[in-house]
Amino acid sequence: MTEILDILISANFWAAALRIATPLIFGVIGALVCERAGVLNLGIEGIFTAGAMAGWMAVWLGAGLWGGVLVAAMAGAFFGLIHAILTVPLGLSQHVSGIGVTLFATSLSYFIYRTALPDVSSPPRIEAFKPLDIPLLSDLPFIGPALFQQTALTFLALALVLATAYVLYRTPLGLAIRAVGDNPAAVESQGLSVYAIRIGTVVAGSAIMALGGAFLTMSAFDAFFFGMVNGRGWICIALTVFASWRPGKALIGALLFGAFDAFQVRLQTEVGSFIPGQVFLMMPYLLSIAALIVVARKADYPRALLVPYFRGQR
Amino acid sequence: MTGPAEEADIVLRLDGITKRFGALTANGDVSLDLSRGEILALLGENGAGKTTLMNILFGHYVADEGRVLVNGGGDALVELEPGSPHAALEAGIGMVHQHFTLAENLSALDNILLGTERLAALASSRAPARRKLEELMARSGLTVSLDTRISQLSVGEKQRVEILKALYRDARVLVLDEPTAVLTPQESETLFETLKKLAGDGLGIIFISHKLAEVIASSHRVAVLRGGRKVADLATAECDQRKLAELMVGHEIVETVRTPGSPGASLFVLKNVSAGDGRDALHSVDLDLKSGEILGIAGVSGNGQTTLARVISGLGAPTSGTAELEGTALRHTSARTMIDNGLARIPEDRHHDGIVGAMNVTENLAIETIRKPENQRFGLLRFAAMREKARQLIKAYDIRCQSEDSPARLLSGGNIQKIVLARTLEAEPKVVLAAQPSRGLDVGATYDVHQRLLAARARGAGVILISEDLDELMRLSDRIAVIHRGHLSAAEPTESLDRGTLGLRMAGHGGEEAA
Amino acid sequence: MIRFEPRGPVPVSRMLAVSVAAALAALMLAAIPMAFAGLSVFEAYGLMAKGAFGSLFAFTEMLTRATPLILTGLAAAVAFKAKLWNIGAEGQLYAGALAAVAVGTGLVSGPAYVLIPLVVLAGALAGGLVMLGPTLLKTRLGVDEVVTTLLLNFVILLFVQMMLEGPMQDPMGMGWPQSEPILDEAALPKLMARMRIHWGLIVALVAALGVWFLLKRTVWGFEIRAVGENAAAARHAGIPVTATFIRVGLLSGALAGLAGVGEVAGLKGYLTADLSPGFGYSGIVVAMLAGLSPVGVVLAALFIASIFVGADSMSRATGVSNYLADLIVAMALISVLVSGLFLRFKVRFVGGPAAKEAAE
Repeated sequence: MTEILDILISANFWAAALRIATPLIFGVIGALVCERAGVLNLGIEGIFTAGAMAGWMAVWLGAGLWGGVLVAAMAGAFFGLIHAILTVPLGLSQHVSGIGVTLFATSLSYFIYRTALPDVSSPPRIEAFKPLDIPLLSDLPFIGPALFQQTALTFLALALVLATAYVLYRTPLGLAIRAVGDNPAAVESQGLSVYAIRIGTVVAGSAIMALGGAFLTMSAFDAFFFGMVNGRGWICIALTVFASWRPGKALIGALLFGAFDAFQVRLQTEVGSFIPGQVFLMMPYLLSIAALIVVARKADYPRALLVPYFRGQR
Repeated sequence: MTGPAEEADIVLRLDGITKRFGALTANGDVSLDLSRGEILALLGENGAGKTTLMNILFGHYVADEGRVLVNGGGDALVELEPGSPHAALEAGIGMVHQHFTLAENLSALDNILLGTERLAALASSRAPARRKLEELMARSGLTVSLDTRISQLSVGEKQRVEILKALYRDARVLVLDEPTAVLTPQESETLFETLKKLAGDGLGIIFISHKLAEVIASSHRVAVLRGGRKVADLATAECDQRKLAELMVGHEIVETVRTPGSPGASLFVLKNVSAGDGRDALHSVDLDLKSGEILGIAGVSGNGQTTLARVISGLGAPTSGTAELEGTALRHTSARTMIDNGLARIPEDRHHDGIVGAMNVTENLAIETIRKPENQRFGLLRFAAMREKARQLIKAYDIRCQSEDSPARLLSGGNIQKIVLARTLEAEPKVVLAAQPSRGLDVGATYDVHQRLLAARARGAGVILISEDLDELMRLSDRIAVIHRGHLSAAEPTESLDRGTLGLRMAGHGGEEAA
Repeated sequence: MIRFEPRGPVPVSRMLAVSVAAALAALMLAAIPMAFAGLSVFEAYGLMAKGAFGSLFAFTEMLTRATPLILTGLAAAVAFKAKLWNIGAEGQLYAGALAAVAVGTGLVSGPAYVLIPLVVLAGALAGGLVMLGPTLLKTRLGVDEVVTTLLLNFVILLFVQMMLEGPMQDPMGMGWPQSEPILDEAALPKLMARMRIHWGLIVALVAALGVWFLLKRTVWGFEIRAVGENAAAARHAGIPVTATFIRVGLLSGALAGLAGVGEVAGLKGYLTADLSPGFGYSGIVVAMLAGLSPVGVVLAALFIASIFVGADSMSRATGVSNYLADLIVAMALISVLVSGLFLRFKVRFVGGPAAKEAAE
């Protein structure tokens, strides 16, 4: 028991939790925004990969770190646009289209990486984001190392949560997004374009998702590996349901998830000798499934989620 | 309205509108003027092209030929950009669709403000909007609670929100599509009083209807559409119901006539049944259906009819209470057990629950009996037998389709309903549940449905008829019960009831609610 | 402005045309990344064709690669037909392989005619049971099966790794994470001498015929189609929707499990954690390309297999990454989605002078 307590009161642990949560925050916020507009984006896993590869490659080719972030976001927006066109004006199955975008984005990223770097044995590295050293705050006992020695991308993620909540609940645009996910006919009857709002929202949401991928190669690590996204995108989809499509709850969900993951990694070093490592590695996925089961009965899906809208067909 | 409209008074002009869908001409060369302060009734039966015409006006569809002209505030009429609801709203046209276009999870205020502010705006300014709305509500009498979620509002309140949406945008033309379809007679009267007041303030109003009485009572002028063409345009004062009916249908209407029946013993009984939750829940419902009668259930939609139909259909189990068929309690009900017990169900939403659109007519006719020996042997389908049966039913029920192999989704609403009637009534069920059986059907198809129900009654079946159409209920039912907020009143003989009494009960006033 | 108008019944010829058009579109789109990699398009496709069809060996290799794709394609097709979104064929494939290895490496012994059916059955059962979980979660609790099946893929792969590093590790395997080899009596026999092509292909073809028969001719198939096309109407008409989902889930998982059986018991002989290069996910593309038709699945699997085998061979010759194959496959999926619109709708371009029926 004392070991567990030791873990929980170490600043290191909470720092790790926030670090693990960061890509998930981007992912959940991106997925949540898309779903609020009525579009499930299963392209997320591939968009993560594309963001990770594109951001890293931009920096590796000489762009600045923020340039890389921008490139990653644009890559995400590109694949989001494909998904949006397939599912919004063309009204195709959001499930299948999303899987298609994931396959496309993943294979394209791998192909470009392999073509650009045909025969490297160990992946080349870039100078990644460094933890910020904020005067005063970083030096606070416990809270300093836990909260304020993160990279700029983590703070960007936190800021995005606030910004998303503000836009969704306080602006005319957010009202339109929420309405189009609830009843697109209501949006059209008020003279707004259902297609424009949905497409725009999916593109923006996908750009946000891609930042989660960029965090992996530009902050958590400093290189790109095959298979490095490893289901994080799918976990975000589960967390979105868990968060009831609310930005604040999304943040809490991602942090809980990060804390649990950080905890099990530390627990593993304590008890790893007699439990196989794979059991711990399974935890995030099982936990996501558990989260889905917990909220399944009361999940209040956006009413128009998965339902394509065709003009004049109500 | 006195005399022909002055040119300067015209706020809206439809000029030679033609719209085709494939081989079907939904609107053929329709022209129409609307003046300031005028209430114009657009009369026609289902499928006459009224809704298509209004959808063109509002920019949901683009006309193949013709123009829409509006008074842009000055004296001249200007052409409206086709295919743009945005342009229609900007030109001062407001539209209240038959199926409300409201986001259920948002508040009334949100729904009204949606799209009225710049999307790029950094914040929403609600205080002035609220003031303007409160003033509007006070003036027009259309009051709603602005901060309540739409899903919490009654049908009548939702309609008020829809009208407020238009008024908030300073509409000069208001179009209402079948506005009374979902209201009680009293609510309808209130609505028309409001509309008259609004017209008095200069608003031009078009309301679409197929109900002759309200057209006569509440419009200044009436335009009749039949088969997509305008067949009449006259001052309401010059017409009577009979004339309008003939104009609307093109021939004399054969009204369904119910001859006195001879109800038998109790057939299907619900005792103290509660089910569902929320707005549409049922609370301790008692119902006693006799053989050889039609028992009508009246009520404004959303008062528990859907749950009642689900329970009787075997789709939702009651949380308490019992159901009995011919004195035997029905336990562990499912759709299957209900069918096997001789209970025919005609669902409210025939497209959603009645047919599998992608499957063909044969398959849709066999779907309820697919496990019966006539359709399968050792789990293998008997195609020849299924097809033979289908041909027979297509003939007997006059289902118009290219062949028994056509996908059901290609059929018209009336023919889809005939598929449902054919497969459910063919087995001569003891009990028939008909939920909104004529909704959206034209006069001919409605007549067919009514005859089928009367025929079932004549051979001794009990029919439960759930409808929002009081005329239909009063014409067909031997007894009528009223459902309100999930409580069902005791059924009374139709002869002892009138529209006014029923309307009050539908609104929750008067009448004894069964304990 | 584009407008879609519903079409009448879809003739088989048009379905075929759509799939072929989508495949061709994907091949044409692939010219872009090929040019990016500095390949001459014609040369590249020549090399790929040669790699897939150039010799008897190449051809049998292509058929060998098509074997698991037919089965995962069927798994996706039958599930999607009922609108049960099983994206977990990859995990079910591994579960099938694991069960085949567990049974076939000495748990029971006996002659081939006992062991082979046992191995096949064990694999199918394991795959089916893996899919049963998400299906029950969907029908009982309303948990979306897309996410659960996707996540289970990762869990099962980790479980396989755990077994291969633990109780099921081959003691003679010099510490590599791999299983013991399958007994000779439990292995699916080869179809041709000196080639890798095995009886799994026959199993796959029989499965395709079986699924076709099920969907077209039986009451269960009728119910699957009805549930998939309109679950509400099916329920209203008294069709047992939940039971149908469970049947479909079991069948879909079992088919994916069979794919795993074929790979270990027919091809590799032992289990490793890199048994499948994403056959489960490619199966989705196969199913969609086939328009969910079981016979179409066979054809689509042959196409996808020749892309994979051809790209491998082309990659060896030119040094261009064989991720190109995955890229073509992904683009084929997107192409078939778009071209599927022409099946269901007449697409009219309205407003312009060319407002004719463009899709006719």
